Amino acid sequence: MMSDTKDDKSKSHDPAVRRMIEKAGQVNVPTIWDRYEAMLPQCGFGDTGLCCRHCLQGPCRIDPFGEGPKTGICGASADTMVARGLDRAIAAGTAAHSGHARHLAHTLMKLAQGKTEDYAIKDKDKLMNVATRMNIAVEGRAENDVALDVAKAAMADFHEKETPVMWAATVVTPARAEKLTTLDMVPKGIDFEVSEIMHRTLYGVDADPVNLLVAGLRCGVADLAGCYMGTDLADILFGVPAPAVTSANMGTLKADAVNIAVHGHNPVLSDVLVGAAEKKAQDAIVAGATGINLVGICCTGNEIMMRHGIPSCTHSVSQEMAIVTGALDAMVVDYQCIMPSVATVAECFGTTIITTMDICKIPGTTHIAFTEASAAAKADEIFNIAIENFGRRKNKPVDIPDITTPVVTGFSLEAIVGALANVDAEDPLKPVVENIKSGNIRGVCLFAGCNNVKVPQDQNFIRMARRLLKENVLVVATGCGAGALMRHGFMDPANVEEMCGEGLTAVLTAIGVANNLGGPLPPVLHMGSCVDNSRAVALAVAVADYLGVDTDQLPVVASAAEAVSEKAVSIGAYAVAAGLPTHVGVMLPVLGSPLVTQVLTEKVKDLTGGYFIVDLDPESAADQLLAAIDERRAGLGL
Amino acid sequence: MSQPKEIFVRLDRCMGCHTCELACAVAHSGSQSLYGAIAEHPVPKPRVFVEWVAPAASVPVLCRHCEDAPCMHACIAGAITQTEESVVITDQDKCIGCWTCVMVCPYGVIGRHLEENNAYRCDRCQDRETPACVDACPSRALVYRSVEEFSRETRKAASEEMLAGEGG
Repeated sequence: MMSDTKDDKSKSHDPAVRRMIEKAGQVNVPTIWDRYEAMLPQCGFGDTGLCCRHCLQGPCRIDPFGEGPKTGICGASADTMVARGLDRAIAAGTAAHSGHARHLAHTLMKLAQGKTEDYAIKDKDKLMNVATRMNIAVEGRAENDVALDVAKAAMADFHEKETPVMWAATVVTPARAEKLTTLDMVPKGIDFEVSEIMHRTLYGVDADPVNLLVAGLRCGVADLAGCYMGTDLADILFGVPAPAVTSANMGTLKADAVNIAVHGHNPVLSDVLVGAAEKKAQDAIVAGATGINLVGICCTGNEIMMRHGIPSCTHSVSQEMAIVTGALDAMVVDYQCIMPSVATVAECFGTTIITTMDICKIPGTTHIAFTEASAAAKADEIFNIAIENFGRRKNKPVDIPDITTPVVTGFSLEAIVGALANVDAEDPLKPVVENIKSGNIRGVCLFAGCNNVKVPQDQNFIRMARRLLKENVLVVATGCGAGALMRHGFMDPANVEEMCGEGLTAVLTAIGVANNLGGPLPPVLHMGSCVDNSRAVALAVAVADYLGVDTDQLPVVASAAEAVSEKAVSIGAYAVAAGLPTHVGVMLPVLGSPLVTQVLTEKVKDLTGGYFIVDLDPESAADQLLAAIDERRAGLGL
Repeated sequence: MSQPKEIFVRLDRCMGCHTCELACAVAHSGSQSLYGAIAEHPVPKPRVFVEWVAPAASVPVLCRHCEDAPCMHACIAGAITQTEESVVITDQDKCIGCWTCVMVCPYGVIGRHLEENNAYRCDRCQDRETPACVDACPSRALVYRSVEEFSRETRKAASEEMLAGEGG
């Protein structure tokens, strides 16, 4: 077990997490940091993308030093091998985001068909807006009929049909739609693109690295569609987020309440739990608790924080630490980013891990098969398990780090435009665009993605965001990037003056005052979960359309500063396809191919305008993003 | 007499893939195959260890077969001897499991065979022409050379670098 002191930031910059790492060490519970140490050194062939397991003649490895094999057994070069591997990562990420979206499409369809009573259309305006964007008639039609058509349109976007993927083609600028058509990067169907990647990366199919990378970017655009659809349908079913005040970190757990963490990505179950928690509070009180305390982890946490102001417990790499407090009675998971290790850690601390999705079961946990038709009943079953666990836990000591940070959340595009409308009702985007022109806002940076065990938790996000805010870059965040920044005070309006440059402070204050907040907006705007990177794209597209330019001309950049998941790779692919300079703060497995590395970091700029910046040092990464912003400002004559 | 060969590590070459460890374990298995070896009880044990040195280096460490081997001098059971080819061998039948060799080994490359309660280490794959780890290393970080050959190669590389430096 590794030693850790409270001031040692080598594993995490979050003091609550550090305290729990220390406790885990004391009670001999291995954590992700121990497992990482045991894994070192990691295989250099995998690390550089020079390992191929796509056929049964393999595995093959290419020696980057040139003395061993220079090609795979089939003759695949390093370039081919690396490009194929990257494509498969993009396909996996796309499959996951769109799987999430398809789940919501099924929910919407069941609702429209009257097959579930536990869901409703929460935001009719959003339904009508999405329907109109999809060319679905809305005038004089019943809500359910429109909802059914939207659900059918969503399902249709998965397969090849006469039209391209509508959730891609209709969500970018007209110029971008044209450019993607020219580049053959418009997806035919979301599933089609995932499937085609699996085909072309098969033994003996596509060996042309550039052809492979174009297909990868097209699949990335399909990922944008999956994300955008996920956001749209969740907003229709559960409401469009609006600003709310809440808090983050492990101090949101309560020793005397029934603590339930919801973890994963999809709001389809967690939103039902939020709705039902209040009714169940009495049962918790009877069991001796003060009530039910729901908290979020990862993007399920972001979904319910954005829509209901539910506090966020912790994120990504520190998910086990929530259990180590000993105060968690149940952890309810859906899918994606759930480390199987939570089952082992939970065994030591009396937490019940409840899996709920057929595609995501974990040995050693309790499975409650969730369906839309039985949502409320299943929620009740989950509450009962947690209440029973509380009965066993109550009066026993727990270790909840007394650490929380204030968070202002809920900045959907609609909420941002709404706030701006209070500055200029006639022309809401004008205040932002004018401030970009004047330099009060030097540019915009989206922080997205995960926490990676290879980086001291939150380090890259903190350092880069601090630097960019001082340089008057408007910062928005999603996913566990948002989680990192919220736990370090970046979503607390009280920190604006200390964190932001003068110009940005003035803008955030003016908008805050116009909205009667009595102060500024927070330094960083929380735009949601990782599918909600679509909201950042929507913001960029709105500004580009307003200025009559394309997204690759905007001083807008993105950063997955501590990326883990293949979903971060597919998001990066669509950010580049949309024309954004896109930073990744950990190494992508591409260095084995100088050609692929060069295409991703340089040549692709000539095609889409976007490109990857791979830089593990947060200070120089911030420099590179600022340079990219300034280059674009110059291009716009600013 | 021709010079005996040693297993040398070219430190800049190791990719950290652990293939040498796998190959070593297989070479010390009953079945002599990866698929068979992973199902054996007791599991065959590798005698080479790929160590991680932060931030970005991996180093395969294995018995150096020291000429003046501390383990051999320290062994109270007389189980450790040196062959004519300078290979230091532990006789597992004589080993009493006192672990003195473990205490004095400067490289930490002597392991404990739990099932048989005796010590094991690299035996330089006596029945193979080239040790299994060297054969398996995909980046040729491990080489099997005499001191003379290894040094000559190093001198040659250094000479080339000096000449290149003169040109620049």
